[in-house]
Amino acid sequence: MSYLAQADLGGQLGHGSVAPDPHDPMFHAPWERRALALTLAMGATASWNIDMSRAARETVPGYADRSYYDIWITALQSLLMQRDMLHADELLAQRSTRPAPPVQRVLRAADVAGALAAGTPTQRNATVPAAFAVGQTVRTRAHAVPHHSRLPAYAMGRCGVIERIHGMHVWADTHAQGLGEQPQWLYSVAFDAQALWGSEARPDVRVSIDAWQPYLEPA
Amino acid sequence: MHTPHDAHHDGHDHGPADHSELGEMDLRVRALETVLTEKGYIDPAALDALIETYQTRIGPRNGARVVARAWVDPAYREWLRSDASAAIASLGYGGRQGEHMVAVENTPTRHNLVVCTLCSCYPWPVLGLPPTWYKSAPYRSRAVRDPLGVLAEFGVTLPQSTEIRVWDSTAEVRYLVIPQRPLGSDALSEQALAELVTRDSMIGTGVLAPVGRNP
Repeated sequence: MSYLAQADLGGQLGHGSVAPDPHDPMFHAPWERRALALTLAMGATASWNIDMSRAARETVPGYADRSYYDIWITALQSLLMQRDMLHADELLAQRSTRPAPPVQRVLRAADVAGALAAGTPTQRNATVPAAFAVGQTVRTRAHAVPHHSRLPAYAMGRCGVIERIHGMHVWADTHAQGLGEQPQWLYSVAFDAQALWGSEARPDVRVSIDAWQPYLEPA
Repeated sequence: MHTPHDAHHDGHDHGPADHSELGEMDLRVRALETVLTEKGYIDPAALDALIETYQTRIGPRNGARVVARAWVDPAYREWLRSDASAAIASLGYGGRQGEHMVAVENTPTRHNLVVCTLCSCYPWPVLGLPPTWYKSAPYRSRAVRDPLGVLAEFGVTLPQSTEIRVWDSTAEVRYLVIPQRPLGSDALSEQALAELVTRDSMIGTGVLAPVGRNP
């Protein structure tokens, strides 16, 4: 159980109030723009997938104390280093001194618009029937797992109702671990706020998550 | 064995802060960009194009056009309800971080709010990059637990009887809130309506003020 995800913040207390800023700049420093673009451009080399990126970000050491794009750039460095595409001494030297393992493709300026417009759809053709129907009550798995997963802790072991069926989608859990897409049915599951937070929650609030079928069992 | 220096690897515009004192993060990111360019993994011109795209072309004006169309065109609204990805693509918006869209409509009795508690999932093709508060721990932790408290911090109060529906974007489905059409906007054109639609109203942290009255 060495996998420590630090990004699962839903329901945590003590983070203070939200500070909306109408003049919030898109980037707070020039390096943030480059960090965004570097991350997207390296993603386009197909050396890893988005779920591996999210896994790398949620396990960045000191997650809570880093700024958003610091998390991105630190995760990008570890994804590169894990694949021998980057070495710490090269960053110190600010030059490439080691062999560069080949990548599948390099994003060129002329291809940016097309690549963004294409995106990376995750829906796959349905190969099996969905196990659950809209309106059915389900229970989410009650335990954490030692790898990247997308069931928030606040919604573990809770009963909710299937509200939407989104088709079969690439399963983040296996995709992040390099175990393939293993598409699963994906559902919006809605919970009464009182089922999540107890009787202090208002009865007319409902919260949904999007959950892959393996997270769910009949209730 | 590494690829030779690219002549243009240092030629892009880093902005006005270029020649002032560089912080630790500036240096880190510059070093990384230089090394990756030398390795032939990235084309700095593509980085410029990515930044330019999100600074000028992909942002909440796109979503505002979707909302305004839904307000004036009942058939479009129905399409948005049944297949938001296709309805939004018909206006030219789609792709990265908006591959699978769902539109959720606010009504006099129901208010929708969108969050990503696990990271910062957000419908980029229609809203652009997320604002800082959307990515922050306070919003991500509290939107699911105390949505009314969060709304109050945005200056939004709803009638007591309003049902609150929070959507936590935990997979690759992205949610766009269709806000209620402002009172007093009946005579406005679709284009004028689009100009009324705020980013926050499409996340659910804002509501639209009536037209023709002072706030």
